[in-house]
Amino acid sequence: MAEVTANGLAQHTLHGAQAHDPAAIGTAPAEVYQEHPIKLYLVVWAWLFILSACSYLVDYVGLQGYLRWSLILIFMMLKAGLIVAVFMHMAWERLALTYAIILPPILVLVFVAMMVFESDYTLLTRTVFFGAEP
Amino acid sequence: MADTTLTHTGQAQPRPAGLQGVAADWSSDQRAFKNVSWGKAMMWIFLLSDTFIFGCFLLSYMTARMSTRVPWPNPSEVFALHIGGSNIPLILIAIMTFVLISSSGTMAMAVNFGYRHDRRKTAILMLLTAALGATFVGMQAFEWTKLITEGVRPWGNPWGAAQFGSSFFMITGFHGTHVTFGVIFLIIVARKVWRGDYDTGRPGFFTSRRGRYEHVEIMGLYWHFVDLVWVFIFAFFYLW
Repeated sequence: MAEVTANGLAQHTLHGAQAHDPAAIGTAPAEVYQEHPIKLYLVVWAWLFILSACSYLVDYVGLQGYLRWSLILIFMMLKAGLIVAVFMHMAWERLALTYAIILPPILVLVFVAMMVFESDYTLLTRTVFFGAEP
Repeated sequence: MADTTLTHTGQAQPRPAGLQGVAADWSSDQRAFKNVSWGKAMMWIFLLSDTFIFGCFLLSYMTARMSTRVPWPNPSEVFALHIGGSNIPLILIAIMTFVLISSSGTMAMAVNFGYRHDRRKTAILMLLTAALGATFVGMQAFEWTKLITEGVRPWGNPWGAAQFGSSFFMITGFHGTHVTFGVIFLIIVARKVWRGDYDTGRPGFFTSRRGRYEHVEIMGLYWHFVDLVWVFIFAFFYLW
């Protein structure tokens, strides 16, 4: 990835677009954008295919238990990371934006933990009052 | 100690009063995201809020599934297709995943060609993205039809826990709606690219803002997000 970043990060600025628009001066930045080689997108695309195939194979082969879980979650996070970092260009944004967008969803994990306790408790009460299996 | 130099910025600007002042103060030169236009920042913030919506759906699904005594239907069998005399598990979902990932790939390249001001390639790639998205929605409609004819309802199904149907229709239905709206907007933006709106800076029909090639990237952000959500749905709903 380091090599890709090194030759892929080229920031271009177009100043002409705002020149005749007096309202835009001082408010809108000049058009700033990144240009990466098409090859980068094709490589990421190929990786997304491979990772999807791998996670499908986990189900097809019929792995169970912790191995299944860790593999599915690893493939999921790798795919999500590739999409956000490269396709959505988050890897080249300033850290202020990255933190503002990436950190809040991570806090959802706290909510997940709360609901895990809650559903364990619900299951316990259901089992106690209605029996183990219907 | 170094001398502190006071920078005189000249006469202070008179601030407008009343409601205009409220608007002016809140929008006064405060920029947290230095090299990102507000259009792009706002799309990111919208996507963040959408993340919470889908996060809550997946959470409620997790809670329903963990707290029920009734066995959950096995997605591997429920979503299997009977092809060539044998049941292939999850095959339709796998194809849908590949279709959506491909559409994300074409979208990423459309953004790239957009910034190179290559109108033809950008528009063609965006229309290809829209076509793949429409294919995805079509396959989802097929899947829904198949499950409904098999007797899956939001309040029950033939194989196990009743919450399976409600979670399934809620989550995939909301995602399918997002894809559908994405396809509509892809076609709108592709038309603008084709017509050269972003080269001439022609104002938009609804917002009256000058067209820029950045709109293609903002559209791309939304589209990649739709793909991103599918990654999580695929892992948590279909593979669990």
